[in-house]
Amino acid sequence: MTSAAMTPIQRGFSLAEYLTCLNGIVWREALRFLHQRERFISALVRPLVWLFIFAAGFRQVLGLSIIPPYETYILYEVYIAPGLMAMIQLFNGMQSSLSMVYDREMGNMRTLLVSPLPRWFLLSCKLLAGTAVSLLQVYAFLLIAWFWDIAAPPTGYLTVLPALVLSGLMLGALGMLISSGIKQLENFAGVMNFVIFPMFFASSALYPLWRILESSPMLYYVCLFNPFTHAVELIRFALYGQMNWIALAVVGGCTIAFMIGAILAYDPSRGLIRRGPAGGET
Amino acid sequence: MQVELKEDGLRIWRYCLFSGMAVWLAAATPASAFIAYVSNEKSNTVSVIDTNSWTVTKTIKVGQRPRGIEFTRDGKFVFVAVGDDDSIQVIDVAKQEVVDSLPSGPDPELFALDADGKILYVANENDNTVTIIDVEKRARLGEIQVGVEPEGMAISPDGKILINTSETTNMAHFIDTTTREIVANVLVDARPRYAEFKRDNSEVWVSSEIGGTVSVIDPAKREVTKKISFEIPGLRSEAIQPVGIGMTKDGKTAFVALGPANRVAVVDAVSHKVTKYLLVGQRVWHMAFTPDEKYLLTTNGVSNDVSVIDVAAQKVIKTIQVGELPWGMTIAQP
Repeated sequence: MTSAAMTPIQRGFSLAEYLTCLNGIVWREALRFLHQRERFISALVRPLVWLFIFAAGFRQVLGLSIIPPYETYILYEVYIAPGLMAMIQLFNGMQSSLSMVYDREMGNMRTLLVSPLPRWFLLSCKLLAGTAVSLLQVYAFLLIAWFWDIAAPPTGYLTVLPALVLSGLMLGALGMLISSGIKQLENFAGVMNFVIFPMFFASSALYPLWRILESSPMLYYVCLFNPFTHAVELIRFALYGQMNWIALAVVGGCTIAFMIGAILAYDPSRGLIRRGPAGGET
Repeated sequence: MQVELKEDGLRIWRYCLFSGMAVWLAAATPASAFIAYVSNEKSNTVSVIDTNSWTVTKTIKVGQRPRGIEFTRDGKFVFVAVGDDDSIQVIDVAKQEVVDSLPSGPDPELFALDADGKILYVANENDNTVTIIDVEKRARLGEIQVGVEPEGMAISPDGKILINTSETTNMAHFIDTTTREIVANVLVDARPRYAEFKRDNSEVWVSSEIGGTVSVIDPAKREVTKKISFEIPGLRSEAIQPVGIGMTKDGKTAFVALGPANRVAVVDAVSHKVTKYLLVGQRVWHMAFTPDEKYLLTTNGVSNDVSVIDVAAQKVIKTIQVGELPWGMTIAQP
């Protein structure tokens, strides 16, 4: 084979072609989600267990202090609701990453990757699809929480949407970056132990940062540098119609960084999934 | 098919956007402004709160240990009982300063103004008496001997009966306002703090701090017909100490401050059932409605703040820092 034959034909793609691709990937993800009812239920049960059981026991723990964005005293379950919303997205992001590994093992990924559209676009579509699924889960959780008398101001349900999209993208991109390094499905337990749990617990999801500072300054800094903390705070402020600029900057910055990392990692010429010299180059 | 779906999606988005904007506009429209005066027992001041911005606009220096506080009927002055100075001070609302004082007995705590706003009945905690003051003449008209440590004061809607509760005697004394004599004593639970009539004169409610109950008394029969008790999961019953009571004008809903339980109970005033507990600041004591009954403000003594309750939504919407140990509250249109 000549090297000329290997060079893809350089031509631009029309918007319609891009949309067809986006549509295909989002639909596949949506169908996969809808067909796995257990996954939807388990995605809801996890935060609800935290809300109904864990928060109920810790009602008096928070102590009396009004911190922004709250304007009055709140119960613990009201405090952890935004943290649980972010937790849904964290699990969803990791679940998408798991499905990437699965796709690669089963060979489905080849179908995706042979698409002539640019790699970054394919990965972005996948990311958007995962984020859309996480939004469904979060709003279902908010609905149940509302019946439990954990309600944000009515406008908060709209203002939280952009924050959820951004945090969903960040956590999805992180999942994608991690998935590029996982060779086998069995290794996913490691993701649980090394990514999900530390990220969730060392954040402001369960306790406000001032509380953590009181007990351990070192842990406070760990929490402060955890992007998940900022995702939680971004959601928390947006739910009450307010903007936390620092959180926005951190979440936005991390989204871009993780995304670039994932695109590089999935680039066959230099990525982490490269399993040896690519054939046909000599 | 897909086009239809897209159109539907657009329609939903538009609907969401418009309804969101409508809610936002409704929320942004300011309610008519009232001013709330809050007596701060420990810092010897009165905080003035603007109900539009929910901020403290002025702090007025008053005498020592201010507690009971009430607007005059014309809304031009505020009376505040300064217990350690043994008098009732008069704040000019326009000038926002103390301009005069009325003679009470020793250690005045709570007081009630009659319907015309001409006569003031003051409970003097240390003297076991109720002092009657002519507001215009600034003169004492007489005294009524009551039980030990008198506190709660309420006048019946027809103006004929004055209720005084005595903390140590555990009684609600029914006083005839014409003869100025006690006509009945009703025994209630330990340490009665506050009394409140329904506007139709069908019931008078008396809160018992130590007893942990609110006694509902029939003013015609002058006997307790019902006792309301409170239960909050995770709290010891001793922490539930009912004090201030707020009753809506239609007599359908009542709010009871539960002191160190840091909660206000919402009570269906017809069935006498507790329907909800609202979390407010520490040691919630007294409360007052805005004249339009949209909001109810509570004083939280230990956390030094005032919580704002949206009455229709039955939700706490805000908490505002005031002086030390906020105790009483009165609200009017300036």
